[in-house]
Amino acid sequence: MICLNYCKRLLIAAICLALIQVPAAAQTDIDGIMMTKNNFCSGLMYSYSNWTNYWEGKLKRENLNLGRVTTQMIGVMGNYGITNKLNVLFSLPYVTTKASAGTLHGMEGVQDLSLYVKWMPIEMKMGNGDFTAYAIGGYSLPVTNYAADYLPLSIGLRSRNIYLRAMADYQLGRFFVTGSGTYVQRSNITIDRTAYYTTEMHLTNKVDMPDAASFNFRAGYRFGGIIAEAVLDNWTTLGGFDITRNNMPFPSNEMNATRLGVNFKYEIPAVQGLSVIGGGNYTIAGRNMGQATTANGGIFYILNFNGKKSATKPSSSKTN
Amino acid sequence: MKKLLFFLTILIAVAVAIPLSCSKDVKGRTDDTAPLQPAKTDLDGGTWKPVLLTGPTEFAVPAPAATNTPDYIAQINEIKTWQADLTNDEKAIVKYWSAGAILRWNEILRELVAKHNLPPYQNEDGTYPAPNANNPLAYPQFPFSNPPYAARAYAYVSAAQYDALVAAWHYKKLYNRPAPYKVDATINVLIPQTDLPSYPSEDAVVVGAAVEMLKLLFPGDQDYIQQKAEEHKRARIIAGANVRSDIEAGEALGKAVAQKFVTRARSDRAGAAIGNQAQWTQLETDCIARGEKPWYSLEAPKRPPMLPIFGKVKPFLFDSLTAVSLRPGPPPLTGSDKMKQETNEIYDYVNNPTRERLRIVHFWADGAGTYTPAGHWDAIAAEDFITKNYSELRWARNMALLNMSLMDASIVCWDTKYFYFNPRPTQLDPRIKTLTGIPNFPAYISGHSTFSGAAAAILSHIVPEKAAAYNAMASEASLSRMYGGIHYRADCEVGLQVGKNIGGYAVERAKIDGAGN
Repeated sequence: MICLNYCKRLLIAAICLALIQVPAAAQTDIDGIMMTKNNFCSGLMYSYSNWTNYWEGKLKRENLNLGRVTTQMIGVMGNYGITNKLNVLFSLPYVTTKASAGTLHGMEGVQDLSLYVKWMPIEMKMGNGDFTAYAIGGYSLPVTNYAADYLPLSIGLRSRNIYLRAMADYQLGRFFVTGSGTYVQRSNITIDRTAYYTTEMHLTNKVDMPDAASFNFRAGYRFGGIIAEAVLDNWTTLGGFDITRNNMPFPSNEMNATRLGVNFKYEIPAVQGLSVIGGGNYTIAGRNMGQATTANGGIFYILNFNGKKSATKPSSSKTN
Repeated sequence: MKKLLFFLTILIAVAVAIPLSCSKDVKGRTDDTAPLQPAKTDLDGGTWKPVLLTGPTEFAVPAPAATNTPDYIAQINEIKTWQADLTNDEKAIVKYWSAGAILRWNEILRELVAKHNLPPYQNEDGTYPAPNANNPLAYPQFPFSNPPYAARAYAYVSAAQYDALVAAWHYKKLYNRPAPYKVDATINVLIPQTDLPSYPSEDAVVVGAAVEMLKLLFPGDQDYIQQKAEEHKRARIIAGANVRSDIEAGEALGKAVAQKFVTRARSDRAGAAIGNQAQWTQLETDCIARGEKPWYSLEAPKRPPMLPIFGKVKPFLFDSLTAVSLRPGPPPLTGSDKMKQETNEIYDYVNNPTRERLRIVHFWADGAGTYTPAGHWDAIAAEDFITKNYSELRWARNMALLNMSLMDASIVCWDTKYFYFNPRPTQLDPRIKTLTGIPNFPAYISGHSTFSGAAAAILSHIVPEKAAAYNAMASEASLSRMYGGIHYRADCEVGLQVGKNIGGYAVERAKIDGAGN
């Protein structure tokens, strides 16, 4: 049986892709690990992200009237195994933003609820390793009436998003690679003002949010109760416009980012089902986004509703 | 493998279908505005009181050719040739422009203001570059259409269009040339018909005045402006509303009248409003000499104050001495208990930002990258005027009254701001973090409040049934600056009153300009 019964480190709900948080990668919806049937993994995640430089269009700059922009997030997340091949996941973050310089007031509040269905229809031997493929569908929506049009200090962008993701994972011995591509369809949003200028005037409070695509590659060690991986991901907005010179950002900007990071997970042997995770990433390229450095950590616990000990045994690798 | 292929096929199908299935088209509120069909032609509009013109005949418009001449018939055929093969684009421009010439050029102006309302980025040494009208495309682009600049731009364009239309109405009545579709019934008229004589074309008058004013105000955007102008004129011919000679006479008249406004604008002292280092220092020194804490810029690096000498600009509705007399008494002394109390009130607001208050702050913020408070009031007015089915002349007159009020409000407000040079709440209490950007000029009196008081006063006269709504909007706009943490109560309350006083001058003018209501 190849489904893995651990709750993988949750890559943050989006980790402030910088000027704002964009749910780029979320929790276990982006890794090659499934929860076992009737197991529920849930936990708390914390992340701390900050930047002083950002890309105004393609131009990298600082802004003395913002200083260091910090985003903190605490989120509750969960993953339930309906079957070994079908999981449902959720996350709900509380976000706080702050600028160290200038006069702008930070924001805080509950942001967007994300729901994912993760399906693993393919599981096969390939060469000496195991190949699995996944289809993942997600939906996120704001659960509070926060203001999106207050970048870079708004806590989110407010669009209701549909995520469609294809993912493949290959594990050979203790090592694995995972790749995924996601199409993100974003709904229009409503802002508090009745007109705005992008590259032309819009006499409306509705904003057409361009869709986005993201790619995520991860590779590393996965064996026993330990995962260590490197992650490269990219979020590209399919449309949108650049921040004009010395202007403020706007929700429908073309926000792109490429990030490089590492993640670790450790299952605490003394307490069955308990694991801690940690990680970090750095934005290596971007457009209309902050060059963020992010650190995150979390603690997770697996509840087994099977009552069968075998199902909650500490994780095994795919080849075990 | 089969399973894998099947899976991939499904996935690709879904990935393609979902994005295509959802239309996200966002429409502007005036995109589908019905063609303007004036309730009355205002045929005697040539007798209305102009702003700068000495009279409607100051600029001559030659008598048009008779409608039975070969020349005229050729022009009718030009319309028919266009109409024989109409593209969707051509239909779209007819639809767009038929909503109203004053409306559309006001929207274009708002767009240009929003595009250029961006404070320049600093130089390496921490100083700031100033836009240069003679080199408008170099960074920082000219103009920086900040609130006073914008208010003045709206006023000049509106007033020039109004004066040009007063003259046009005079000649329309004088020459009484019928619209092409009244001469030749086979013309397929694409817009509502009117009994208003068509020579000179009121639309072309509006175009001519706008183009001429915008050369001065937005010299770097000429390609866009010219493109709009050509499109507008073409739309009138395509629609069968005007023949070419109606258009040419109208455009020439619009340009000639606007020249008078260009001349005034070149000498209205706005060119010196930016001031110089000596003047900036003097403002601070004078304030200290009065025993008060002077304003300083809260930007990093410190930015010179925005247009500190704008208070000296020549107003439209009254003379400069009257402008000074409209300056209110002083704000609470910076060291007083009263000021402390007002500062604490703002601290309370920013620390308890309810969502509704935040909405109000952002709704009225009209900060960098927007069409400014004056543009916001133009938008409010335009959407109400659309429902009124005014003639183009009455549209222009009402926009001119509104925008002259807003410009004069900015003059009195800026005069007051720099006379007292009063600090912002965040300067007196750095714990005050703001919910919108802090404008880079002194606090007393609030610009939003002054603009809004003036706008509400004149709009209440023009659309009396909405007086209560305009006053409620003005109060909300005023309060938004306290909720946002950037103004004290005194700035807002006094600003609103000063604005109302200024709007009163426009109301007095409106009562005697011959337009009635």
